[in-house]
Amino acid sequence: MNDPEEKEGNKVPGDNTNESGHSEGFYETRPDNASDEPVQQPGSGNPIPETPQEQIVEEADDNADELAMKNAVRRKTIIGLSVLLGMLILFVLGFAWVINQPKDQKAYRPLRKVMDFNVKVNKQFYKESHLAATYPVSKAEKNPRVNGDLGMDTSFKVEDWQLYVVNVDCHDTLVFNMDSIKKLPKTEICFNFKCIEGWSQVTYWGGVRFIDFVNHYHLATHNHKPINPDYVDELARYAGFQTPDNEYYVGLDIASALHPQTLLCYEMNGKPLPYDQGAPLRLIVPVKYGIKSLKRIGVIFFSDKRPADYWYEQGYDYDAAL
Amino acid sequence: MKRLEKKHPLAIRWFHWTNFPVLAIMIWSGTLIYWANDIYRIGFGDKTLLKFYPDSFYKAFNIDGRLAEGMAWHFVFMWFFFINGLLYVLYTIFSGEWRLLVPDRKSFKEAIQVTLYDFHLSKYKPPQDKYNGAQKIAYTSIIIMGIGSLITGLAIYKPVQWGWVTWLCGGYTSARVIHFILTIGYVLFFLIHLVQVILAGWNNFRAMVVGFDVVENKENISTPEHTETGPES
Repeated sequence: MNDPEEKEGNKVPGDNTNESGHSEGFYETRPDNASDEPVQQPGSGNPIPETPQEQIVEEADDNADELAMKNAVRRKTIIGLSVLLGMLILFVLGFAWVINQPKDQKAYRPLRKVMDFNVKVNKQFYKESHLAATYPVSKAEKNPRVNGDLGMDTSFKVEDWQLYVVNVDCHDTLVFNMDSIKKLPKTEICFNFKCIEGWSQVTYWGGVRFIDFVNHYHLATHNHKPINPDYVDELARYAGFQTPDNEYYVGLDIASALHPQTLLCYEMNGKPLPYDQGAPLRLIVPVKYGIKSLKRIGVIFFSDKRPADYWYEQGYDYDAAL
Repeated sequence: MKRLEKKHPLAIRWFHWTNFPVLAIMIWSGTLIYWANDIYRIGFGDKTLLKFYPDSFYKAFNIDGRLAEGMAWHFVFMWFFFINGLLYVLYTIFSGEWRLLVPDRKSFKEAIQVTLYDFHLSKYKPPQDKYNGAQKIAYTSIIIMGIGSLITGLAIYKPVQWGWVTWLCGGYTSARVIHFILTIGYVLFFLIHLVQVILAGWNNFRAMVVGFDVVENKENISTPEHTETGPES
């Protein structure tokens, strides 16, 4: 905003009386601490005594300088305001450009790109040892909120339920019943369940750690062996979950699926899972928003390709990680 | 005779004006998010004096049912808000400008005097540097509030991976409340700021755009009246 051509030839009278710091034309550089500035006291005497003749010359100079300064002020003001206005217009145009871009899974494409970037940034900070805070069971909500009924077809009968599992690099479907899950060690967790809408509730769940299930049945690995921490390359990159009617479906990155707090859950508050909470088996993923804790699991599959995800398709970020 | 006096460095003017639309987007998108669980209110017991927000507000600004969109904008513009704020703070530190901004012991007394003067309750206007005591407190508070928004924001955004930050904020629910109150704080700050800028006049506003003040020359300033009041800001 400083135009260099303005700097020459227009001197302000104040320049003469001042010691230094006038390399920038009109500007007087304000000292860092204004109290250092010597304040002229009345009666302390003018540093430059003026004879009448000098005064006349200065007045003439003053008028010319004042006019030049007025013009300069006007110019600089117009330039400055134009730059500001231009900047704000550019901002509005940028906004308009974004909302006119095609959507990628219901999110404007530029925003979607940054959301995907955020997922990568957040992965840098992900650690398996970072656990969702746990609470004493006494703090748990007696009737946890049921927030959605997607995939919860009311004609479904719990006693007809079976779990279908497709392992990675495998075309056969494995079929599980409740006994094949309940025979594994039971794990309980009481944590603050967080909904993407913003509410949260302390809730208490019981079930089988997903990693225990995977290890016991040799799932999620390309070599179809239990997970070997030294060969994480053998792991499928994702786990997908679907309701029996496939109306609701979520995908988890394998790290979050195998997180020690992720449960195949069949109990709530120490009792069998209620029908509207996803009986007989639901997912509990404390390291993700509730949208990932799918109720009534019908199908589990492992894949290196990112599984479809209901809320991702509705414009949310894929990760929904906490 | 008048002369120009440098007031706001170019960098600070850019940070200031960049922050304006960025913060506007953050508040707007934050409201889109808040709508999905709009539980805050001012009231006693069952009596609600003010609900955040009334339905008419949602209607007027077309807020309903845009949670995903709000999150998308919020988590894109958080970067601009963070980077712009960080650069501003670094600039004030390395340029020494912070000395004019950070309040000292005198500032609090001065702030009261300035407030009384502004409300015409007192005729005494305390002398000031670039900023008066009230301004120093306000402009430093707003930076602390910004840092508060970033910290509580992170606490809400990643309460598991950044669990210790959430803990520092007094937990997830508490972090959300603080984050919301800070936002209301920005809106109030903005309104007062706007009134003050209008009252301070064109020369003051222009200084934030072009960087200089037009001031009376020193020979004239050195009258007793002027040395006592100091230059307007």
